[in-house]
Parts: sequence; structure tokens; C-alpha cells
Amino acid sequence: MKSRHWKALQKAYLCIIFSFFYLPIAVMAAFSFNQSKSRTVFTGFTFKWYLDLFRNQRILDALWLSLGLALAAATVATVVGTMAAIGINAMRKTPRAIINNISYLPVVNPEIITGVSLMLLFVVGKQGLTALNGWLEQSGLGLRVPEDIFGLPTLLIAHVTFCLPYVIFNVSPKLRQMDIRLYEAALDLGCNPRQAFFKVVLPEIMPAVLSAFLISLTYSIDDFIISYFSSGNMQTLPISIYSMTRRKVSPEVYALSTVMFLVILSIILFTNAMDSRQYKKEQKGGGRG
Amino acid sequence: MKKLVCMFLCALVLCSSAVPVFAAEEEMLVQVSEDYDWTRFADDNITLNVYNWGQYIADGTEGSIDVIKEFEKLTGIKVAYLNYDTNESLYAKMSSGGADFDVIVPSDYMIGKMAREGMLAPLNYDNIPNAKGVGEQYRHQTYDPDDLYSVPYTWGVVGIVYNTTMVEEEVTSWDIMWDPYYTGEILMFNNSRDAFAIAAKKLGMSLNPQTIEEVERIAQELKDQKMVVQAYVMDEIFDKMGGGEAAIAPYYAGDAITMIADNPDLAFAIPEEGTNYFVDAMCIPATSKKKEAAEMFINFMCEPEVAAENCNFIGYSTPITAVWEQLDDEIKYSPIAYPDAEVLANTESFSVLPDEINQAMDQQWSMMKSYNEGGSGWMILVFMAAAVSLNIFVLWRKYYKRKRENY
Amino acid sequence: MLKNKSLAYPYLVWMAIFIAAPLLIVVYFAFTTAEGKFTLNNLTGIAPYTAVFARSLLLAGAATIICLVMAYPVSYFLSRMRANKQHIMLMLVMLPMWMNFLLRTYAWMTLLEKNGIINKILGFFGIGPLQMINTAGAVILGMVYNYLPYMILPLYTAMVKIDDSLIEAAQDLGAGTWRTLTRVLIPMSAPGIATGITMVFVPSVSTFIISRMLGGGGNMLIGDLIELQFLGNSLNYNVGSAMSLLLMVVVLLCMSLTNTMGDEDVEGVI
Repeated sequence: MKSRHWKALQKAYLCIIFSFFYLPIAVMAAFSFNQSKSRTVFTGFTFKWYLDLFRNQRILDALWLSLGLALAAATVATVVGTMAAIGINAMRKTPRAIINNISYLPVVNPEIITGVSLMLLFVVGKQGLTALNGWLEQSGLGLRVPEDIFGLPTLLIAHVTFCLPYVIFNVSPKLRQMDIRLYEAALDLGCNPRQAFFKVVLPEIMPAVLSAFLISLTYSIDDFIISYFSSGNMQTLPISIYSMTRRKVSPEVYALSTVMFLVILSIILFTNAMDSRQYKKEQKGGGRG
Repeated sequence: MKKLVCMFLCALVLCSSAVPVFAAEEEMLVQVSEDYDWTRFADDNITLNVYNWGQYIADGTEGSIDVIKEFEKLTGIKVAYLNYDTNESLYAKMSSGGADFDVIVPSDYMIGKMAREGMLAPLNYDNIPNAKGVGEQYRHQTYDPDDLYSVPYTWGVVGIVYNTTMVEEEVTSWDIMWDPYYTGEILMFNNSRDAFAIAAKKLGMSLNPQTIEEVERIAQELKDQKMVVQAYVMDEIFDKMGGGEAAIAPYYAGDAITMIADNPDLAFAIPEEGTNYFVDAMCIPATSKKKEAAEMFINFMCEPEVAAENCNFIGYSTPITAVWEQLDDEIKYSPIAYPDAEVLANTESFSVLPDEINQAMDQQWSMMKSYNEGGSGWMILVFMAAAVSLNIFVLWRKYYKRKRENY
Repeated sequence: MLKNKSLAYPYLVWMAIFIAAPLLIVVYFAFTTAEGKFTLNNLTGIAPYTAVFARSLLLAGAATIICLVMAYPVSYFLSRMRANKQHIMLMLVMLPMWMNFLLRTYAWMTLLEKNGIINKILGFFGIGPLQMINTAGAVILGMVYNYLPYMILPLYTAMVKIDDSLIEAAQDLGAGTWRTLTRVLIPMSAPGIATGITMVFVPSVSTFIISRMLGGGGNMLIGDLIELQFLGNSLNYNVGSAMSLLLMVVVLLCMSLTNTMGDEDVEGVI
């Protein structure tokens, strides 16, 4: 198995797979610099599609919306989810199992199901709110509930909903790993439960909380299908990409994907460099204290 | 690994915050009528949600003027502009309550349907003085006999776009879209109403079927067509025809003009069986809370200079007489954009169908789309075989494990 | 604080309203008419669309098998590399996943065209032009391209745990390559295989973007059908809900099948 042929074969196979991954991206990048709109003939070098892209107000608006929405959704999901993980952890086995199973539903369900089911809920909810407003008007209380829920509110709800399970499943294992005696010791040493939580427990589970937050961010920025069904008249970045792909093919889309790829690539390279530097430092300093 | 996202965000924020610098105060590029108070909402911080077809407004690309930007500059109202690609998806979005739109541009029959269901707000023409410019022949159409809800935006006919390098014969009939000789070279509308209209005209029937039997008869024709069709598309047609991906496609006259301008190999024909005459008109949904600002937008769109800019960019025919008069003779008398009376006499417009006919049509449509030329029984067998083998594998593994545990 | 169950209450309320209730509404809509009367017609009305369901299962199944076959060697090779090289390779696998999948699919849209690059290259060798886009094959390709990393990662996670010495021991004891594979590697990576299969199959079977972008509208999948009922031409929430319910059942079946295969749950993503 360890012969030279085997090694060569292995290399060749990996090469094929990775070119399968990267060739389409490379082709797109190449043609984002193409003078003409042709997708087969390279007629000249230009940056004009990139300029067009950065002048495209709709794309920029969509980008801001996506970023804002992702931050909001990830924050809400992380706070609520972390609290939930602690609460669930304190429960007995049966209720815990039931809750975990229900929480698992959005993860295992196809996205389109989560999307349409939320859409149905919002449609029904909106009808309910309109009816409630009619009733309130009749009763003469002078109260009104907001009924235009489609748009930002529904997007936020949908995003928080599909982020929550990931937060819970990220934080729970860390909580279970944590030594409960640390918390008890803090209490014995005179902390009140709140102090004990913020000074002892939270730092302990922080890595999990943080990674849950970041996972939520990524999922939220990347989500298309669920947003598609509950966006009302809002356009997140994926939705506006979708509507771009439905129209005339424009090298602007290539430019956009090249920009995204480069941003991601540089972030990954940068963090990798940081990680390895830190790793070396720790090696020198005798590891993590 | 997960720190990446954070930095990704920072990078995005950095590169996008650098951009708005481009937007500076600019001069208006179009002239508008001066006896209209355009700036009355300037300080109200209004955002209008405009929902329009894709590729259906001058957007600043290809040397045109971005008319939405002009509107924003003129009035201080911000416009959120979104696209849909079929009347039906517009209707779906509206009826889910998921849409808070202020201006929409449905076609004739959809306006009739929406008006009947109380989804449109009656217009106040005091705020749309430019509507007077709409030619007499485009007023009082059957879908909106009193012009209560709609101001025409464009009109046109449906015809066949074909690539002269691939189609030698002269195109005169819808039959060519069923011709097996062009198998895999034919594109078809991806919306039920337009597709049914073509099949109906081919059969010599009205494109407004009155009975379910008629619907089924037409659907059968579409099923028969499926094996020669390469893809069911809407605006993707621009690219596919422009790039020579397909030989024949039905589409709207206005878009055909744009396509022919991009690719001179293309030609357009109006089949002699007759075709669909359509009007797309601007309406305001009943739910809009910014009706007056929306009317201002409609008025702006009817400004001759704005309408001319749109007309030149999207290629569709204008209903506004003043705009038509200032067009180049080439377009003014173009048989595609402004066909003569004889051709127009042979067209039919969509009327509002009874609900059960609509329902039957939609059902037949999705059944046609999912219908497969034979083979489906075979597919099920393959799937079952796969499932069975997977199950056997699972059982084998369990057995294997038990054996291992017994050691 | 740590023993405080009430911390979970906000989430429980959220879960009830936004996870459980929507699914119950789907069930309710699936069994009622537009007027709210009980009916089974929505479910039986799906019968004419059996071909769509079959096609979805078939295409998704094919994509899953291709992914498994393609990914298995990759994961194995990766898991046998030196640690720092493994790290880089994993990054390379994950990198395309970070790009929006619409853009990734879009790339293929232009590659597969009749006048696209692939056909140009084939033409250079005197083959074609082949009709590649708007075919079932293109849809499978799109699925494989988009979801292959979801297969590689869990497989890798499972295989990295397999000790080299186990494989060596098997070989020392006289097992050939095939026997080592079937008796040692595959059984030991079964949890990864199970997770991988679900992670590829579930999104593939329910996609509507890939089939729309690469399948040309003639290759409808369940996802397209459902989308058509909610935001498209057909607009019928009741039938749409019935279809969603059926899709849910299909997915659950598939999950239970693979769950019996993998004993422990391996969470492989990110």
C-alpha cells in the first residue's frame, strides 16, 4: 500500500478532486476581468465590472441588510440559546430529551420545509393580527398592534429560529463537560449565584458561546432558502444574488463571487498565520498555562 | 477557524463603507413638467416599495439614465426596487400578505383579477396629471373599463424569436415550436398563462379557455411539446438566445427588440394564427400606506422624457402618444414594436378567468412540468432497488457487529 | 443559577411558537380545504406528481452515491497525512463552502452551456457539442459540487480516529486491500458514512435552486413543486403543505435508515 505508485495515484486523485472544486471558481474569476460579456472568448482586460458592482446601490443595500440582520439574529440566538442550554441542562432526563428532539427538527428538516412552515405561520399570524386590530378598533380601546410583520421582523424571527439549535448544541456539551464543583466552590467562597455565573461559568463556556455566535453569523449571512419564503419585500444579499442570476448574465456576478472568494481566502490565510504563530509561541512557552 | 467570520465581516464593512463616497449631488438628467409639486414629500423620509418585472426600467446600464435615481433626486423619496418574473408570483407574494408594496406593474388579466379581489386601490388622477398623455386606444380596456386602478406602462404582442443561422425556413406559425426537427433547441415560457396562450393559438382556440375540457386539451398540447423543449425560462431567454444556446423561443416583442440589438442573427415573427396582445400597467395595492407618493411615482413614469428613456432601454412599446411621436422612425414604424392594424386585429388579450379555470390551468401546468415522457415506472424501480440494497447493507452491518461482539 | 430551569423558558416559548407551531400549521393545512374543512384530497392529489417525487429521490440518491464514492478516498488520504498538511487540505475542502451556493451553482450554469467552455474544449478534441445544461445530469452535477464537502468532512472526522496500527494489524494478519477496506475501514467509518449520507441527501432531495438553475425547469424536483404552491404559479397552500408533509416523511425515513447505520452521532460541520 505504501508503494510509490500508490503515492502518485493518491496525489493525482486529490488533484482531480480539488480542481473539480476550484476550476469553476477560477473560470469565473478569469471572466470577471473580461472586456466583453462573452463567456468563452477573452477579449481584453478590464476592471469595469468591479466598479459597476461597487456602484450598484442595490447590492450594497442588500449587503448591509444581510450584515445587520446576521449580527442581530446571531446576538439574539446566542443569548437565548445559551440561557436555554443552561436551563435544559438543569432539567431531568425525559423533558430534556423531548426538548432536544424538538430543537433538532430545524436541523434535520430540509430548509424548504422550515421556510414554508414559517411562511405559513407568518401568513396566519398576520391574518390574526389584522383580525385583532379590527376587534380592537370596534372595542374602542384606541390600541393597535403592528400587523405589517413581513419584512425585517419575519426575517429576524426566521434567522433566530434556525440559528438557535446550533447555539444549543454547541453550548450544551461544554456545559456538561464543565466541572460543577467550580461553580459550587465559587458559591462557597461567597459569590452570589449571579457573580458565580459571570465570573466562573461564563468564562469556562465562553469558547463554545463564541463559536456558536460565529456559526450563527455564517449561517445567517449565507441563508437563502428560508429567507426567500419570509423576506416580504426585503432583499438580503443571497436574495439579490438570486435575482441577479435570473436576469441577463452579467460579469458583475462573477466579480461579486471573486470578491467574496478573495475576502474569504485572505481571512483564512490570515487566521491561519495567526494561529500558527500563537501555536509556536505556546510551544516555546511550554504550552497553555 | 471561526474567528474567520468575524474578520470576514470587518473586511466587508471596510470595503463597503468606502463606497458611498461615489454618491454626490448631481444635476437632473431628465426634464420634468414644472407645474407639479415634486418635492412635497422631500422631508418626510418616505421609502416607496416598487415591484416590477426584471429588465423593465432604465437602470443606468448600457448608457441609459437610471430613472429611479432621477426620481429620488427630484423628490427626495427613496425607492426600494424589487423584481418578480411572473404575474403569478406577484400575485402569490401579494396574497400571502408578505408584501408591502406601493407600486406594482401587473399585466392586464392580473389587474382584472386583483381588482376583482379588492387588492388594488383606486387612483386619484389629480396626482397623476401625466396620465392624460396616454393614447385613447390604450384606455378603457376590458380589464379596467373605467381606468380606475391602472395607468398603462407598456404594451406589446407575443411572438417568436428565432436565430436565423439555425432556422432556415420562414417562421409563420406556432407549429414550429412543436417541430421535432428542433428538439432541444426550443425554449418555452415558464408561466402558465403565456404558455397556454401559445398552445391555444396553435390549436386555433381562444387563449381564454372557458371550460375545463378546453384547459385539458391545451395542456395535452403542452405535454406533447415537452419532449422538444430544452428549458422553461423567463428572462433567461435574453442570454440563451443572445448566446445562441437555443434556436426558437417565444417572447414579448419589446424584449425581442433588445435581443435583436444584441445579436443581429435573431429575428422576430408574429405567427399568423394570431397571438396575445398585452398591456402592463402601473397600479397601487390597496394595502399601500403611501398612496400619494406612489401616485407621484406613477406620474413621474408617465413624464414623456422618462417614458422615452424607459421605452428606449427596455424596447417595449409605449402607450404615451407624445413619447411615440419623438421616437426614431426606425422604431416608430417598426413592425415588431408597433405592428400595423391588420396584425393587431388578429390578436387577443387575456381576460380574467373564473377561479376554477385558473385553478385547473395551474394544476395542469405543474402536472405538465412534472410529467415525464415514460420512464417514471423505471425510476421508481431503481429507487426501490437502491432502498432495498441500502437496507440489506444496514442489516449486514448489524449482523457483522453482533458477530464481532460475540468474540 | 446553574440549577435554574427557568432560564430555558424564553427558548421554550420561542420553540413552541416558531418551531412546533409552524409544523403543526403545515399538518393542519395539509388536511384541510381552503375553507378549513377536513379533507384527504390534498394528499391524494399528489398522486399525479409521483414522477417528481421519484425523480427527486433518484437524482438525490445518485448524487449521494457519487459523493460517497468520490469523498471516501479523499477523506482517507486526508486522514493519513501529516497534521499540518491535513489542516491545509481541510481548509481547501471547506473554502468553496464559504461561498454562497447560488454563486457556486451559477459558475456551472455558464460552464455547461452549449457554447460554454467545456463544450469549446470538447470541440477542440472533435467531440460534441453536447447538450449538458438543462439535463438531469447537470442537476446531479450541481448537487455533487455543492454538497461534496458535507460528505468529506464527516467521513474525515470518522477516519481520523482510526489508528494506523489497526490497518497495519489487519494487513499483517493477512487481509488484502479489499478485506481491510470492507472489514476494518468501512465498519469503523460507518458513523461518518451515515452522517455524510444524510447531510448530502437531505439538501439534495429538497433543493429547488439547483434544479431551476441547471435543470431548465423541465426537471422539476419536490422543492420546485413546493415552491410553486407557495410563491409561484399554482398558489395552493393546502396542496403545498401536503407535499411538504410527504417530503418530511421521506426525509425522516431516510434519517432513520442511516441512523441505524451510524451508532454515534458525528457532528462534522465547521
